[in-house]
Amino acid sequence: MEFEAVIGLEVHAQLATESKIFCACSAAFGAPPNENTCPVCTGMPGVLPVLNRRVVEFAIRTALATSCKVREKSVLARKNYFYPDLPKAYQISQYEMPLAVSGHIDIEVEGETRRIGITRIHLEEDAGKLVHAGAFAGAQTSLADLNRCSVPLMEIVSEPDMRTPEEGGAYLRHLRDILVYLEVCDGNMEEGSFRCDANVSVRPKGQKEFGIRAELKNMNSFRNVEKALEYEIRRQIEVNLDGGTIVQETRLWDADAGVTVSMRGKEEAHDYRYFPDPDLLPIHVDRAWVEELGKTIPELPGEKVARLVSRYGIPRYDAELLSSSRRLADFFEASVAAFGGNPKVTANECIQWKDAVAAGKLSPETIAHVVEDRETGKVSATASRKLVELVIETGKPVRQLRDEKGLTQVSDAGALEAIVDKVIASNPKEVESYRGGKAGLLSFFVGQVMKETRGKANPKVVQEVLKAKLG
Amino acid sequence: MADIPVHEWTLLTAAKAVRDKKISSRELTRALLSRIERINPKINAYVTVLPEAAMREAEARDEEIARGIVRGPLHGVPVAIKDIFCTKGIRTTCASRILKDFDPPYDATVVERIRAAGAVLLGKQNMDEFAMGSSTETSCFGPVLNPWATDRIPGGSSGGTAAAVAAGTCFAGVGTDTGGSIRQPASLCGVVGMKPTYGRVSRYGMIAFASSLDQGGPIARTVPDAAVVLAAIAGYDRRDSTSVDIPVPDYVAATGRGVKGMRVGLPREYFTEGQDASVKAAVTKALTSLISLGAEGVEISLPHTGYALSTYYIIAPAEASSNLARYDGVRYGYRADGAKGLIEMMSRTRAEGFGEEVKRRVMIGTYALSAGYYDAYYGKAQKVRTLLRRDFNEAFARVDVILTPTAPTPAFRLGEKVDDPLTMYLSDIYTIPANLAGIPGISVPCGMSPDGLPIGAQLLGKHFDEESLLAAAAAIEREIPLRRVAPFEG
Repeated sequence: MEFEAVIGLEVHAQLATESKIFCACSAAFGAPPNENTCPVCTGMPGVLPVLNRRVVEFAIRTALATSCKVREKSVLARKNYFYPDLPKAYQISQYEMPLAVSGHIDIEVEGETRRIGITRIHLEEDAGKLVHAGAFAGAQTSLADLNRCSVPLMEIVSEPDMRTPEEGGAYLRHLRDILVYLEVCDGNMEEGSFRCDANVSVRPKGQKEFGIRAELKNMNSFRNVEKALEYEIRRQIEVNLDGGTIVQETRLWDADAGVTVSMRGKEEAHDYRYFPDPDLLPIHVDRAWVEELGKTIPELPGEKVARLVSRYGIPRYDAELLSSSRRLADFFEASVAAFGGNPKVTANECIQWKDAVAAGKLSPETIAHVVEDRETGKVSATASRKLVELVIETGKPVRQLRDEKGLTQVSDAGALEAIVDKVIASNPKEVESYRGGKAGLLSFFVGQVMKETRGKANPKVVQEVLKAKLG
Repeated sequence: MADIPVHEWTLLTAAKAVRDKKISSRELTRALLSRIERINPKINAYVTVLPEAAMREAEARDEEIARGIVRGPLHGVPVAIKDIFCTKGIRTTCASRILKDFDPPYDATVVERIRAAGAVLLGKQNMDEFAMGSSTETSCFGPVLNPWATDRIPGGSSGGTAAAVAAGTCFAGVGTDTGGSIRQPASLCGVVGMKPTYGRVSRYGMIAFASSLDQGGPIARTVPDAAVVLAAIAGYDRRDSTSVDIPVPDYVAATGRGVKGMRVGLPREYFTEGQDASVKAAVTKALTSLISLGAEGVEISLPHTGYALSTYYIIAPAEASSNLARYDGVRYGYRADGAKGLIEMMSRTRAEGFGEEVKRRVMIGTYALSAGYYDAYYGKAQKVRTLLRRDFNEAFARVDVILTPTAPTPAFRLGEKVDDPLTMYLSDIYTIPANLAGIPGISVPCGMSPDGLPIGAQLLGKHFDEESLLAAAAAIEREIPLRRVAPFEG
């Protein structure tokens, strides 16, 4: 029997706002324990949450970029459970009335476009972090770091529209790229600002009903998500083939062992006793606000790749590399505009120096000048690499460096003739051998000229002059 | 003024005397501190008294007066607050063992505002644990006794505040009202208590019982005194998303408006057979006095009144079960000793830290919110709440205020109902609908029982129309002069 998998993904994206969702504390990562806390986010008696407007804006922009419908009224609800990293003993989230619903994104897998539905986007707050003294099992004490409490999260739930681990990976990467483009999330999976849980089931191919699903957690990279999905699909198919039954449960991905392990079953599932948070008014989003935010949506990664290919005639692969960051793609376009040089060469330069571009150490003019000098033969490939490195190091203008360091190459045939003549005159034996048929000696003469010019001559021009002179 | 002892002065008299330099804030404060020292052991109205801090504040207010600075209408006047409002560095307990040693790192908005108005804080007042009760018998500090008859309860949950005001140990207090917790003890202690419109007074720093019902408000000996305190604490606060940004009117001026032409609604559901005769007689007298001043009595109906109590006992415990979940021994407050693991630590902390009534309500609320029961209980209760609100909206199309008794009976005896929660819950039957509808209500003394116990009349008003309530209550108070400081000298 042939099986197919059904995959739905739940992404928790940390919103890149400066402050937390319900108080003015910094939402920054990496502060000393409990530094970014106040009475509100540590759940002191009597405190009240106040919704950060910026958080709602970020989520609305995400909804618009994923073709979701933003609801005019949505409700923040309390999800009640006891845990020491949750000081109020409830998480403020959204339940029955999420901020946005019914969207989709298009992904590209093996040359084919697939549309993946998005069920809902909702807002919630993060919990804190526990640090156990010693091993978890035998720990005598645990310490709570509440810095992350009330850091804003956006949960994006997909429809069960994916059928393979590759589609899951492609969906995640594309979604991440969109969030990064919107500048609503930094997309960092290792630091936990972009997290993913997966719901997976298998069914005999052709069957309409879904199989019983498992929820996978603890996958902290794109690659791990794909590997965990692969493993879990294989496991479920094997259970089916062995005549067993799949149970509804939560399973943890163990990246070291490469397996998923049962964490808790359905019967141990919490009753979260959701109810609308009486401390917060419903979120009302009017048309005008949505329209205003719609104007701030940039060109999204998929659209950008297509446009770069058609406008600049660069290969799709290059366009995808450039579009992996909005900044890099903008930089590329600015570099082409600054000189109007060959887009393909410009694209190569941008991709080669993408880290420096990301670090803000290069200007589009630098790349434009380098490409221009390469095309006019003023600078050699080796010298141009060296020049860019110098720009990164010193921050000086590339042309100033070129002239200061004398990295211009001599491409003027007239200027090279005297040196060529001198080299020919000093090496009569080699001239004779060359003329006698040892064509390989040409590189010897080129080398001599380069030596005389201390590397500044354009080797191509030198070859041409030599060939003419040596007959 | 000379022949009336300082502790019997009205707040407005005291405030004016300080401003006019007839008396210093220190003299007032010292007088009341010594009265607290003498009387509090007999009524247990305060859980924390702040003699040094209060004297320091009084001294600072006096220095300001000397330099011509008047902070506000409460300048130099000693007041106290229910121990449910967080006070920075001053123990705030909610009368619960679980918070017995809790020092908040911040001040409630109400505390900031009464201080900004110039008040001197004498101390924190006893209450039912987490404001859950109608008799102030559930406090971990022991019950408060009614200064009019110390074998009686003072009402609750703001029983400490009402008793303290009635005993002349402060010029006014601030309490909280979730189902009648300001109005019912005010009625039983013969003082004035007002629950403002939901959203009128910031809840920031007021320890939550039932968030959609809780509202802070004044308890004082006269209606104008309550009005001046309300004016000080009311107003929008960006830290409370449910506070409403509507300007605060001149509440003191409203007390002088009169009631000529005012339409006073009498809901037939609140005047039923078998009602306590002395209560009925006193409220009828209040009505008669309003009519004699030119108001008009109009019989009305609030048809869903019968569902209010059960609706309240779903919604309030449901919210409480979530609000009180944070007391788990992890961050602050009481933590059970010697627990072997996390779950044992949390459950024993809560088992040992909370009293019976609190546990009962947490259980009821947890049940009402459980999967499979939510629609039948919490969901349904919210729908009934909408109907109750509609009842009031329809009534207020015809009348300006509604007059009812505040409580079914005068103060009952200590221990009389404490083991019978359902009977106890009935004490709030007239006050609960206002919380569910979010409308303002005030209790004003209108008579005495044959046993010499105070009886209050309740007036209910439209959202944000505290002024009509103050006008009507002040009229009743002028027409029916009653002793406000209990004749209690222990």
